[in-house]
Amino acid sequence: MREELLKIIEKNSRIDLKELAVILGVEEIDVVNEMAAMEAEGIICGYHTLIDWEKTSIEKVSALIEVRVTPQRGQGFDRIAERIYKYPEVSAVYLISGGFDLLVTLEGKSLKEVSAFVSDKLAPLESILSTATHFILKKYKDHGTVLTKKYEDQREKITP
Amino acid sequence: MRNPLSDKIVTIKPSGIRKFFDIVSEMEDAISLGVGEPDFDTPWHIRDEGIYSLEKGRTFYTSNAGLKELKVEICNYLRRRFGLEYDPTHEVLVTVGGSEAIDIALRAMVNPGDEVLIPQPSYVSYEPCAVLADAVPVIINLKAENEFRLTAQELLDAITDRTKILVLPFPNNPTGAIMERSDLEAIAKVIIEKDLFVISDEIYGELTYKEKHVSIAELPGMKERTILINGFSKAYAMTGWRLGYACGPAPIIEQMLKIHQFAIMCAPTTSQYAAVEAMKNGDEDVAEMREQYNQRRRYLMNAFKEMGLPCFEPYGAFYVFPCIAEFGMSSDEFATRFLEEEKVAVVPGTAFGDCGEGFIRISYAYSLENLKVAIGRLADFVGRLKKEKQEGQRC
Repeated sequence: MREELLKIIEKNSRIDLKELAVILGVEEIDVVNEMAAMEAEGIICGYHTLIDWEKTSIEKVSALIEVRVTPQRGQGFDRIAERIYKYPEVSAVYLISGGFDLLVTLEGKSLKEVSAFVSDKLAPLESILSTATHFILKKYKDHGTVLTKKYEDQREKITP
Repeated sequence: MRNPLSDKIVTIKPSGIRKFFDIVSEMEDAISLGVGEPDFDTPWHIRDEGIYSLEKGRTFYTSNAGLKELKVEICNYLRRRFGLEYDPTHEVLVTVGGSEAIDIALRAMVNPGDEVLIPQPSYVSYEPCAVLADAVPVIINLKAENEFRLTAQELLDAITDRTKILVLPFPNNPTGAIMERSDLEAIAKVIIEKDLFVISDEIYGELTYKEKHVSIAELPGMKERTILINGFSKAYAMTGWRLGYACGPAPIIEQMLKIHQFAIMCAPTTSQYAAVEAMKNGDEDVAEMREQYNQRRRYLMNAFKEMGLPCFEPYGAFYVFPCIAEFGMSSDEFATRFLEEEKVAVVPGTAFGDCGEGFIRISYAYSLENLKVAIGRLADFVGRLKKEKQEGQRC
């Protein structure tokens, strides 16, 4: 049941528990227990909302920053990753294979604010060798959801 | 001027769905539960292979029976899925949808006056195709109390010395019924004893929710008397690509191939390339879609229970077939009133045979969100009818 349950709530965390039980073909109490267990185990880490900020009047700028670092003895990348993720402006930090080490995603109110964060806070950290900042111009698809187009049923309305 | 028409074609009734189609098309804000095709898009990697084949200039006819590569993949699929061995060179024919395969299988196998057994409720094309092939369609009326499965007794009762073919439409459109291995074993005995052939339409074979679909060709002594029909439309959400196939004994496939080559030439080339990708790398997509259908199926069964609408639990395809007989209306009246009063379209059971009277077909090839809205309206409608009935009884 776990995998099915996770797949459903990953797409719709607001689904009614009773309905969840019905479509999974189990009892409601089992769903409640399973979700509580997965919260405790840290499998379910939160119930977030996917927002297309572009459509609001709120100004927001997102950036992806490639970061090259010198790993530290005994601690690898963990210590520097922690230093970076503690900044609240940072929304994600990933260790990456390939041409650079850490991928940091960032949200700020303006280009200026994001640039300032990179030049004043991120780049000067010792053990950071270089950064490359990419501003996101448009989000086509996020978390598996296409933001630019709405689903339209193109089928004939009645077919045998 | 002389009558330009063939007497035979004029006697064939147009599809019973047409009337509803016309009304619904006019009604702007109507929502439909009447669709017989998946709501999913064809998985992107499959579409991509179709596009890529066009880019490479694969725009010519394929051989009449289909691309060799595709026929081999079809055989691989039938082996891994059912343990069935077919020879890709002589026992497989790629067709324009399962529909073409049904038509040419009948035309290749019957002589004028031969009887073809057609269990109903079932898909709308078997009966007219039998008539067009100069066969005599003999309808077997399946029963709700058997969950619309075909029993050995029903089969026996319908057989005469003219009977040649049984059309076996499971998993079933419109009822969602399946035939489990034991059900098939029971009828296989009769089929062999009476020396019949089977045209087994397994287009919904990937969409079962209890046990994996069993093909009647798997049973001992049945492969040599079965034309197995399947296709890509339902399993891979590829209806518009128009691609199906028929597998069976070489002498039958050889004759079907003649009709196919003269009438069609070959199935669409682009679709065949896309289908190769579907067979090679599509199993996960099918599993994902099946799971979603199953969730909706459970949702519907629960909703019917809550609104007190009787419905046997179907384990196949993407249809449920609830009984509306208690409201004292025909299926057609029920569907018409439901459409007029609640603006939701369903298909009356009678569109799939007279014995569909008292039932409606509801498709769950819709997202849960859409189903919820439509089923909410069905609950209102059913509630109102029940109240009307009670008041009627009091008077």
